[in-house]
This record gives sequence, structure tokens and C-alpha cells, in this order.
Amino acid sequence: MTDQKTEQEQEKETVSIVVDGKPVEAKPGELVIAAAERQGVYIPRFCYHPRMRPVAMCRMCLVEIETPKGFMLQPACYIPVKPDMQVITTSAKVKKAQDGVLEFLLINHPLDCPVCDKGGECPLQDQTLAYGPGESRFVEEKRHFAKPIPLSALVDIDRERCIQCDRCTRFAEEVAGDPLIEFIGRADELEVNTFPDHPFASYFSGNTVQICPVGALLARPYRFKARPWDLEQVESTCTSCAFGCRVAVQSSSNALTRYIGIDSDPVNHGWLCDMGRFDFEAVNSADRLGKPLMRKPGAEGDEDELVQVSWGEALGAAADEIERARSVHGPGAVAVIGGARLPNEDAYAWAKLAKAVIGTDNVDAQLGDGLPAELVLGLPRASIDDACSAPAVILLGPDLKEELPVLFLRLRGAAINRDMPIVELAPQRSGMSRYCRTTLAYRPGEAAALARALVEGSESDVAGVSAGAIAQARELLEEGAVVVLGRPSLAESAESIAAAAGALAKLPGVRFLPALRRANVMGALDMGMAPGVLPGRVGLAEGRDWFSGAWGAVPPSRGLDAAGILAAAAEGRIQCLVLLGADPVSDFPDRQLARRALAGAGSVVALDTFLNPSSRHATVVLPVASYAERSGTTTNIEGRITRLGQKVVPPGVARPDWMIAVELGARLGDDLGVESLEDLWDEIERLAPSHAGVTRAMLADRRHRDGVVAPIADGRGPDAPPSGAAAPDTGASETGTTEDGAIEELKIIDPMGTPGLLATAAQGVPATGVAAADPRDLGSAGHGDGGPRPPLLAFSAPTDYTPPGVDAYSLRLVAHRTLYGKATLVQNAPSLAHLAAPATARANPHDLERLIAGGGSRLRVRSRRGALVLEVVADAGVPRGSISIPFNAVGADAGELIDATRPVAEVRVETP
Amino acid sequence: MAVTEVEPIVTARLGLPESWTLKTYVDNGGYAGLRKALSMSPGAIKDDMLNASLLGRGGAGFDAGKKWSMLAKGQPSYLVVNADESEPCTFKDHMLIEGDPHQLIEGTAICAYANGVTQAFIYVRGEFALGVERLTAAVNEAYDHGALGRDIFGSGFDLDLVVHYGAGAYIVGEETALLESLEGKRGFPRIKPPNFPAVSGLYGCPTVVNNVETLSYLPWIVINGGSSFSRMGEGVSAGTRLFSLSGHVNRPGNYEFEWAKATFRDLIEHPRLGGGVRNGNQLKAIIPGGASSPWFGPDKLDMALQHDVVQKAGSMLGSGSVIVMDHTTCAVRAAWRIVKFFHRESCGQCTPCREGSGWLEKIMIRIEQGSGREEDLELLLDVCDNISPDITWPPKQTTICVLGPSIPPAIATSLNMFRDEYLVHIKEGGCPFD
Repeated sequence: MTDQKTEQEQEKETVSIVVDGKPVEAKPGELVIAAAERQGVYIPRFCYHPRMRPVAMCRMCLVEIETPKGFMLQPACYIPVKPDMQVITTSAKVKKAQDGVLEFLLINHPLDCPVCDKGGECPLQDQTLAYGPGESRFVEEKRHFAKPIPLSALVDIDRERCIQCDRCTRFAEEVAGDPLIEFIGRADELEVNTFPDHPFASYFSGNTVQICPVGALLARPYRFKARPWDLEQVESTCTSCAFGCRVAVQSSSNALTRYIGIDSDPVNHGWLCDMGRFDFEAVNSADRLGKPLMRKPGAEGDEDELVQVSWGEALGAAADEIERARSVHGPGAVAVIGGARLPNEDAYAWAKLAKAVIGTDNVDAQLGDGLPAELVLGLPRASIDDACSAPAVILLGPDLKEELPVLFLRLRGAAINRDMPIVELAPQRSGMSRYCRTTLAYRPGEAAALARALVEGSESDVAGVSAGAIAQARELLEEGAVVVLGRPSLAESAESIAAAAGALAKLPGVRFLPALRRANVMGALDMGMAPGVLPGRVGLAEGRDWFSGAWGAVPPSRGLDAAGILAAAAEGRIQCLVLLGADPVSDFPDRQLARRALAGAGSVVALDTFLNPSSRHATVVLPVASYAERSGTTTNIEGRITRLGQKVVPPGVARPDWMIAVELGARLGDDLGVESLEDLWDEIERLAPSHAGVTRAMLADRRHRDGVVAPIADGRGPDAPPSGAAAPDTGASETGTTEDGAIEELKIIDPMGTPGLLATAAQGVPATGVAAADPRDLGSAGHGDGGPRPPLLAFSAPTDYTPPGVDAYSLRLVAHRTLYGKATLVQNAPSLAHLAAPATARANPHDLERLIAGGGSRLRVRSRRGALVLEVVADAGVPRGSISIPFNAVGADAGELIDATRPVAEVRVETP
Repeated sequence: MAVTEVEPIVTARLGLPESWTLKTYVDNGGYAGLRKALSMSPGAIKDDMLNASLLGRGGAGFDAGKKWSMLAKGQPSYLVVNADESEPCTFKDHMLIEGDPHQLIEGTAICAYANGVTQAFIYVRGEFALGVERLTAAVNEAYDHGALGRDIFGSGFDLDLVVHYGAGAYIVGEETALLESLEGKRGFPRIKPPNFPAVSGLYGCPTVVNNVETLSYLPWIVINGGSSFSRMGEGVSAGTRLFSLSGHVNRPGNYEFEWAKATFRDLIEHPRLGGGVRNGNQLKAIIPGGASSPWFGPDKLDMALQHDVVQKAGSMLGSGSVIVMDHTTCAVRAAWRIVKFFHRESCGQCTPCREGSGWLEKIMIRIEQGSGREEDLELLLDVCDNISPDITWPPKQTTICVLGPSIPPAIATSLNMFRDEYLVHIKEGGCPFD
């Protein structure tokens, strides 16, 4: 942290240059194009992108810069400022060069704007209008290519439109690390294409479409779907995972058409993964639930079936089921699983309904694939920027490329650009491994032992990792580290990882960035949607007085987590199971337990957007509004609270989850005391200690457009601005509280990469999320009636954990998710559904040689729980003694092998 | 002005039996220069190079000794030999590589020793099939002979030399594109400033890039001393120089003679050199320094073949390629042919060259084939102007490298000298030379 001061001091240093006769203060090393732009001098450009290295290829930004040989035309995107540099951007010479470049760009451009997706939001159109010649002098035949050809399953290229700016190819290599598209040919036959038989199969391919300055790259899900001037949009945050990328949600005729990544400096830098970008198709799906359903006897004595009913009947039935369970068997007979899909306000309403009105603590937003709430909430938290600027990162979590793809991009960027060492602790190599200084591949189930050795040192090998490798890794951590913490494998218990976290917490000054993937899981935990916690990162015991005063009641003791709830349900001890956007049959690691639980629960009330393998068994199904159909706020892995925008209306009569909570509360005889999202947020701010001071006004303030990290006085000094939020007195364009959310105030980093945002500025885009209220003082005193505000959860090391002994006849299972799989959103997005790869097991070549001695690569994998028959391939990235099987792939499913009560799944492999 | 009687330097051994073998080379004094160099201090060699005033023979004409002195400190540093000779009608390096590869290897080793380089590369044009074969064999012989590898001639100096074949792109003769290609990337030129090889070259390290002919002079210079070299010639045009004479002369070929003493007329008409324009035809134009240089008319015949004289007259000697056109030549077709070459060889990296080269070629074809319009002449010049502002000499550029500005000279000077011929094409709807 001592470096930070010098960095700040450096930042204060400025270089004075003169642009068109006006003095401009620039940062040392800043490029002329950026320095000029900050002063309002826009130099036209195509190839320049502030998040990528300059290449000065398009020559559109040529300006006159003074050199020892006099003024010369130089690319403003490539030349860094020097003291007293003279820059001329408006001379006849510059104008002629710009005219010339535009004319050159247009001679081979097909000018098929009327049928081009980009028409109307095209930088080539716009800059031709602003800087180009009026007429073409080109009378020759233009260059021809076959019209769009596929680069990948999601992206087509129209090479005739391409202006060879190198943005897509640079992105693929530099940002995504997938150098699968390249320039081919030369001169005016230069084209962007793939290598033969190697499609542009990148998880980030959609970004190339967004940053393409012409209509050369086309996203199949959007192609010919809309004209830019017909699009409406709202700012929001992607909730396809928990990373929290900012997006512009665009729609046409009440259907979502496109997401555009917005450059949020602390979060996504403008990038999105393809799942986040294209899974809007699921929101538009015709299979969405639009009417409440109730299970009723079929005609003529057939099986029961779900039939459409009115809200009144459905809510009445749901309330009856809850009431019957509670009154006969006690509040603990009611359990709620899920809530990570919900915005913060909705999660709070449900936490209050469950814990205060129903009185059960059997509530869990996680589905056995996360980490204990007390651990996640109690560990000292790092921000994403903390992780990317740390002296080192310890990665003990899932394959980030598969589960939190844009976090993968950020850490990859830090590893490459800052040479930041990443020490990966993983049961198998991941998409991140090639960017890690070292990957310590440990024996599944033994993460804690390895973590302890990493902290304390070890003379001998630990968990299958050599003492030498551990010693080398320790050297990388001498200056401190941030731990990125999640579940490396669903076949290894959360207790094992929690114990590892406990060991790593002993590193001096260490902070943790949770790598939990599920949408708003962090917000749901913050709102108390977990056993043993109350809203605002407060323990049940510590918060009892405070919340009893405010809510009237809280549960008497810690309840069950998802695994406990499902086990209890399977044993018939849960009379009413509420599935709050949860599909345990698909998502809980122990499939068999989930199925038994649904069969054993007295009744099941499901709130969901689709009928899924779990809600199909429900007694009552309540249709809910999905992403982009409701407002609210969401919280990402670092605790950053941002606003969600509503752009379309839900199908049928589907409602937001919070309204259902309020309705059920009323039917259960207890008014939740809220009538709107605004009421909910005000109550959260007032009662949830971690969210004190995070007012609606603050969230609506344009200075906080990147969101607010809670808690706002997290050891950063009482007067410090919220982490990640701009200081109040910066940037004229960012000041002021607005309710209209004027889009022109958007901090647009790459004006060409956010198509539509500028074009639609005049339309007066409505505000997103909650409306602003009067600003309140930061850290205002609480308004609970139960005495002083309770303290936030502190980290206490979990009980240590001893892994089971090694069984020489078994392989240990590694179960991992892939980006595209059986997830509801992916499977209901036609463009993505077919990208899910069929399940294949991977084993170390040495083991495999032994296993397939009998010939044939299809093998039976058997555990105590069940068996699978699937293809097994060799992969040296899987250590000996382990076998890796995807958890959510189409076909065979590792979930059939996992026993939630065991610390690690052990399997036998045999010929089928 | 006259062709002087000095002994040739770089072509001295050409014509000897199996001149490309180690035996012939050593029998004729080969590797004596390297042995002497290794007994000197690197600094002394570098100082002597400044005395020699050896202008780089690759085309840009920058003093090789000065280039060496600009090499940034820092290890590792590299030496890259630019043997990617691809300019139309330039074929001198081709001959040196095929005829006397050991001379190049010796020069390379001397340069490496002087600059503290222990890893050198020869980037040789892949199409030189015979040259590649002989050069590779020579490198192997040199290793066996102890002239390359560990502890060269017992001096303690180590040098590894790798021969790398180009894949057929003219632009890779541009030194920064060559470095990109050598690094395994697409041969796009780097942006200068700031990417000067002497500071940030191969793999980002300080790198000397020298031409084949330039390095071939080194053994002689080391043995005879830099001032013996600079005593020949005139001013910066010191020593001897190898010219590639082509076109409509009776004796096209490579000729080495004392620099700055002979004139264009000497080169074209001297019986030991060009031997006169073919068939006694009239001289129409000269392209004095390769395809990218502005043309001269017969009025410049008595101009000295001298670096700064030609430069002052608005053109250049470039790579030493002199192309002679007689009165049967269609100026439009000749200019088109040059534009066509640059169009094919534009790498496509930056807009003005990528798009402008093709556009210019299309207009030139149209005029040559009879579909030209009078306004095309102004259009040609304005498109040229958008690649090379003001079409001045030396040229300015809107492009990344000098390939783009290499296109306008042929168009602009042919149009200036032979405007009537262009107009005839347009008015008669075809080429009058057909």
C-alpha cells in the first residue's frame, strides 16, 4: 500500500501540451488522442480503443504534431504527450488527410447501409458525415467477397464491409487470449478470417461485434432483428453470473434484442462474455411462465397435472400450504431454497417473510455449490481492483473462464500486463492455469492441507504437491496476496474449502474476493437469505435484538442450509418447501438427494420463470418477472451494489418476487410494511448494518454510476468515498444527481464500442432501478427499535478438517461447471443451447492407459451414489488419481455420483 | 567523370571456380579479415567503420558505422542481415549470396564481434533457391572451419548464425517488418518512431540490421583500413558500389566500380558496362534507384552516380538499381507495372497504402487500356497526394512505412515527363505502343 501513495503523487503530475492553441493538461504517458478528448477535442478514429494497445493502422487520427523537423502528420492514437507538445487538429493539412483516409476506407466499402445491422449507429457513417468528402471519386469495381461467412456459431463476418482496423483481432489475442482470428492476404484483399478448421470459438466473441466500427462482424442472435433507431434501452447490470458487468439492455417492440457492454472501470471494462451477452433470448422465450399454475387432479382420474389458475387462487393455495406446515409442524417445517436470482429488494422481502413472518431459519440462497454464508460474509473482502492490483493472487476456486468469465479477463490482464503472479490451487488445470505463475494441483479433498502448507511451509509433499513447488509458490506470496475463493470442484465439500480459507486467512493482510457464480448470490447473502444470518451481514445472535425490534420476531436458532433442508425434506421433515427460483434437481451437486427431497417434501411452492425439473413437481407454481422485466439493485462478488433496469414487461401476469412476498405476508396475517421497491431499499438502508448510508440518492447519483461497494466505511476511513465510486468533486460531466439518467452523461470510454448509446441520447432514457430520494448523510444512525446497530459478521476460522485417507482403488472425482451447459438460461437461448458440449470425462494419460487396458474409451464410472457410462479422454491437466467430469454438461452428469454428506467423491472406473 | 580503374571489392571472387565454397574462399584470402578483426578491440573496428564512411547499400543510404554507434546498450542484442532483396530490377545481393556467401558470413561475424552480438540471423528471400542452398552450405562449412560457433578462431568470441527463409513478401525487406516476420508474426512494419531497431528491435532488444552488400565490404575494410575505403569515391559516396543495371541496354548486369566517379551515361554506354541502349534505340527515361525512385529523363545522363547529387536532383540511388527505358517503352504501361507491383506487395496494414495502391492501379489500367478520362490525371495525383502529402522528395507520408510513398514517384514523374502520352491514351482510347 506504500506504492499507492507514490502512484497518487504521480497521478497529480501533469504534462502541459497545446492543442489547437489551447493549453491542455495531460497525464504523463497519456496518448495525444486521449488527452485531447478529455478537453473536448474529439479526434476521429477507427482502430484506437482505449482498452487495447494502439496500432495506428487506420490513420484516421492523423494530426499535425510538432517534431524537430517541424509539424508532421502523426497518429494521435500512438504518440504519447511530451511537455509543451504542439498539436494541431483543425488545419487544412489535417482535414485533407482525414478526407483522404475516409475516402480510402469507403472505396471498397459496399455502402449497403440499408441492409446493414450497423446502419444508424455506424462510426463509419457518422465520421464520414462529420469528416469525410461529400462525393466519391471512385468509379472502379469494388472488392468482392462472399457475403457473410461464419467465424463461429455466434459471429458472422461480412468481409466486404471490413475496414481492417484490427480491433477484433487485437481483442481476440490481447484481451481474450483466443487468437483464433487473424488477418489473411494483403493489400486491399486483406481479410479477417479464422484458420482452416478452427472456428472463432471464444467465450468472448460477442465483444468483437460490439467494438467493430462497421457492420463487418455480425452477431447471429441480433442480425436483421432491429434497426438501431427503433431500439430503446436502459442501463443495467448483467446477472448471468455474479461478476456484475454493466450493460445497456436494448429492446424493440417489448422484446429484448441486444445487450451492449458498458465500460465500468472497476468491473468489466466494457467486456461481456457470450453467455451474458446472448442469454437474453431466454427472457424472450415463448416457454416462459406467464400464468400461475396449481396441481389439480387430472380429468377422469388421470395423474395430477399443473393447470392455470388465477393469482388469487394460487397465492391462497401457497399461503395455505405454508400456514398448514407452520401451524401443524412448526415454522421449521417450512424451508426456502433459492433467492440468488432475485434483486436485493426481493431477496430482502423474502428474508423478512421467511424469518420474521413465517419464523423459519431454514433458508438458503445457495444450492450446495457455494460456501458457508458466515465465511463469505465474514472474511475481509477484496475488491476486483484490489485483486488485479495485488502483489499476488491465490486462486482457490472454480475455473474462472467457465464460471466468472470477465473476472478471468481482468485477472488475465493483470497477469499479463502487470506480470502479477497468480498461484493457483486447483484439483486440475483450468482456463486460468496458463496465466498462473504456478498451478499446485492438489488431491481432491485436500485443499485445506495444501493451504496450510502454503501459509506455514512444509518440508514434505502435501496433498500430492511437492515440497519444492510449495516453497516456490510461497516465495511469490511474500509481499501479500488477495485470495480469490470459491469451489474448485463440486465433488469436494464446502467444509474442505472453508478450512482452506481459514488457513489462508492467516496470511498477513490477506483479503478475499469471493468467486461465487450465481447471479445475485452475494446480495441474497447480504439480505439474510442463508441460515444463521440476518440482513446486513449480521449473525443471528448478534442481530437478534435489533431485528426483533424492527421486524417483531426472528427465528430462535440457526436453521438448515440447502443440504440440510434437502436431507430433512427427504426424511419427510419439511412440510412446505419453497423454491425461490431454485432448481435443486438440476443444480444441487447431489442429484439423488435433491430428487428424494422433492418427493419427500409435503408440498412444493415454486417461484420461477420456467418449468424446470424441480418446479415440474411443485404444488403451486408462481410465475415471476425475469431480468430486464423488473427494477431493483444487485450486488456483485466484491459487494458492489448497482441498479437493474427494467426494459420490457413480464410475460402474462408474471410478477416480481417481492410482490409475491408481500402478498403472502398479508395472507399469513402479517403486513411486511412495504409497498414499493423504494420502501424496501429504504428499509434495507435503515436496518441492514452493512448497507447503512447506501441511500437511494447515493445509488441514483451519476457519480456512483459504477455502483457503491458496501459497506461504505469498510476500514477506508469514515470520510472516504465509497470504494470504487468517484470522488464527489471530479469530472464536470459526472456531477449532479439526476433522475432522468441522461445517457449523454455516460462515461463513454469507447464511443464506437457502445453503439446506440450516443444515437439514442436524445430520446431521454429513463432512470434505472430505484428512484432517487432526498440525499441523507452518510452513516446515518439506524432507525431500528432494538438498541444499537449490531456489528458486522467477523471472520472466525472454521473448525479444521481432516480429509479422508486415499483409497488406492478409487479415483477422486473433480466435478466442474462449463459456461454452456444445462442451465435454464442457456438451454432457453436458442443461439447458445447447441453450444453445450456433450459430457466427456477426462483422466490423466497414465491412469487412462491402465483403465482402458481392455480397449474402448467408453467406461462406467461408479460411486456410492450412482453410475455413469461415458467417454473418457486423456488430459495431462488432470493429475493422476483423479477423474474430471463436467457437472452441468448435456448427457452424463457428475451430480449423479456426488454424495453431499461425503467430503470428496470417490469413484471406481470399469468397463461397462 | 569516368569509370575508374580500381579493383572490385565485393565481386572480386565472383567467377572463380566454385566461388561459393570454403576452399575457394580461403584460397583467395577469405576469413583473413575476421582473423584480423578478432585481434582488434571491437571499439577499434567501430571507429574504423566511421572512417570508412560506408553508406548502407540496402536503399536508405544511412552510414553503417553511425548506425552501429546508435545501438543501445543492453543484452542481449542481435544482428539481423537483411537478405530479403525483392525490389524489381535489384539483383545484386542475390548474386553475392549465390556467388560468395562466405564473404557475407565473414562480414556478419565481423559486425557481430564489433557490436558485441553473439546471435545473428540472415533473413534470406525464400525464392533464392540456389542462394539459400549455397548460403546454408556455407554456414555449415563456416561452423566446421571455426569461423562461427564457440570460440571463433580461438579468440573466445562466440557467434551463432541462423539462416531464416522469407515466405515471399516484399514488405519484409522493410527492416521492422522483417523483424516481425523473424519473430514469427505477420510481416507488418512497426511504427517509427519509436520502434527503431537500434533501440527496440528483435524481441524488443537492441538490433543491428544491415544489408548483404554492406556487410560484404567489411572483410576488405578491416584488412585495408577504413580510410582506404573512404579514399575511393567522393564524400559520403565512398568506396566502390555495386549497381544492378537492367532494361533496354545491351549488357544488363551487376557492375561494381568506384562510386561517384562515373555518370549514368558511363554506366549505360561504357563497353565494359551497359554497352549502350539496345538496337541503337533512343533513351527515353532512367529509373535511377529502384522502382520507388522518381524517374530521370535523358537530360540527366551526365549526372554523376553519386548519392547526394542524385538526391539533390530529386531522386535517389536507392538500392543501386538503374533501369533503362528506350523510346519503344510506353510510359503509362511502365508506370502501371510499377504501381501493380506495389499494390500486390502492400501489406494492407494501414489504410492509405492498402486502399490507395489498388485504386491507383485500377486507374492506371483504365488509362492504359483506353478507358481513361482526362480528369483521371488530376485524380491520380490527388490520390498520390493522400498517400504522400505534396508528393515531395524525399517523400512525406500518411502511412506507417515507406512502401506507400514509394507508389507516387512513378506516377508523378511519368505524368510530368510524358503527359502527352497519357493524353494520347485517353483521346485515342488505347495504347499507342500496341
